[in-house]
Amino acid sequence: MSSLRAEELSLSIAGRRLCDKLTVTLHAGENWVILGANGSGKTTLLHAFAGLRAPDGGHVSLDDREVGGIPHRVRARTIGVLFQDPEPAFPATVLETVLTGRYPHLDRWQWEGKDDYRAVEAALAAVGLEGLAQRPLATLSGGERRRVEIATLLTQDAPICLLDEPTNHLDLRHQIEILELLADRARRPEHFNIGVLHDVNLAARFGTFGILLFDNGECLHGPLSEVLNRANLERLYHCRLREIHDQDTVGFLPL
Amino acid sequence: MNRRLLIILILLAVAPLAMWFALSQGSLNISAAELWQALRGNPDNATANLVIHELRLPRALSAFAVGGLLALSGALLQVLLRNPLADPYILGVSGGAAVAALLSMLGGLGIGWVRGNAFAGALISMFLVFGLSRLGTVWTQNRLLLTGVVIAAGWGALISLILALAPSAQVQGMLFWLIGDMSYSQQPAMALMALVAGLAVSMWFARALNLLLRGENTAAALGENPTRLRIIIYLVASLLTAMAVTLAGSVGFVGLVIPHILRLLGGSDHRFLLPACVLLGGGFLTIADTLARSWTAPVQLPVGVITALLGVPVFLLLLVRSR
Repeated sequence: MSSLRAEELSLSIAGRRLCDKLTVTLHAGENWVILGANGSGKTTLLHAFAGLRAPDGGHVSLDDREVGGIPHRVRARTIGVLFQDPEPAFPATVLETVLTGRYPHLDRWQWEGKDDYRAVEAALAAVGLEGLAQRPLATLSGGERRRVEIATLLTQDAPICLLDEPTNHLDLRHQIEILELLADRARRPEHFNIGVLHDVNLAARFGTFGILLFDNGECLHGPLSEVLNRANLERLYHCRLREIHDQDTVGFLPL
Repeated sequence: MNRRLLIILILLAVAPLAMWFALSQGSLNISAAELWQALRGNPDNATANLVIHELRLPRALSAFAVGGLLALSGALLQVLLRNPLADPYILGVSGGAAVAALLSMLGGLGIGWVRGNAFAGALISMFLVFGLSRLGTVWTQNRLLLTGVVIAAGWGALISLILALAPSAQVQGMLFWLIGDMSYSQQPAMALMALVAGLAVSMWFARALNLLLRGENTAAALGENPTRLRIIIYLVASLLTAMAVTLAGSVGFVGLVIPHILRLLGGSDHRFLLPACVLLGGGFLTIADTLARSWTAPVQLPVGVITALLGVPVFLLLLVRSR
């Protein structure tokens, strides 16, 4: 039974407290979203969950094991991370990039085999990039490159996916397709996602649970149906919102 | 996949050809048959035997080792710093070696001392950059790069100072050392061993280097400890450079361009790139050094001039043709 647990987790950057004594447990089958204003610590929290950043207080544990203490390769088989912005890389083809997702599954001297190439093909097809395997990354658009990153994450095939603004650079159609694809994964046994999103309406549509990061390290978490309301969001983003009811869904628009 | 294998096979064939070329060229004409006999240790032709075993073979092997060391070190540093402009000398290793070597020449020490001090100077520079770049907060690529470049600039100033103060009779020898010269490279054993060991260690991390190309965070998320990897790569690349510089001075261009040529030809998978760098770098410098000693014979040119004269047009051609 895989679960990620933050216990009394505190994070700060440059003397500013981002999250103060957060205690929350994330279970399989759930699709979490982290919401907050710019600079509220969403990415930092996500990196703490990934074990890429040591907490300033408290613990993050994966099935009762301190997540930062798990060897990198073992951890990479369970936790996959989609970064907000890929670091500018040396020239590489789409195939070379997506194949790196297989890294934690292969031994040191093992070459990628037929199965790995099949996994790459399937991942590229899933994000709508079939046939582009041999293209250099530099010839792709921003949205296509984002989907290459997502294909790499799919190839890594980790049950827990940490997604930092997965819809960056994506057009409307691909935003929905990719979020649907990722939400589907979270419904598999032992799988779950944690995603940072800026679009409240997408969060409401695809998420099931939420963590809201307010100023001064205050955080609120729970089922989205409870925490996602106008009062909370107005306090979160410091702006007035309009609530729009359409059949059984609620949308929020800034005034 | 197949293309990479083909490139490796071609390079494997080219390396002995380069050796053959190096052994057969020189002021003494040695025919192919005589060369073969001499290589097999047949003592009939004493002169040919002497020239091959005492002069040309050690020098050709030295050139091969130095070329391989530099190309391998360059490939490693380009990933480490994630900077295509990185070459084996960018972090000041050769500067430290040069200052020590030039001071030894100024003091009138023999070639053995010049070598030993050059190696010591390279190591001092390596630890200096390593230590200084780790002071302060986080150890990042940029911090390492900046520290190295600044230390290299410092060495550069000292080199100019020594050149300005040195008696003019010594300046030419110093310049040859700075450009890279193989005239005194007759003991290739250490360098060859370093080359084999360096290749073995870096092949151990070849797949991890593919991750590092995509960035530190990505590497960490996909299962590598980037800090550990970076320390190892830095030390290996610096030691390889130190070894090469000790044997031949700072031969330019090989370490910068050979990795790029191979990336253009066969992609950036380091399991292919690293051994290919050793073969092409070694073969290239062997040929360049043969030209350096036979082109304007009996005057010997510093090999660093030839590497650049040959390499620049080849690289530009490839760059233009690759879309």
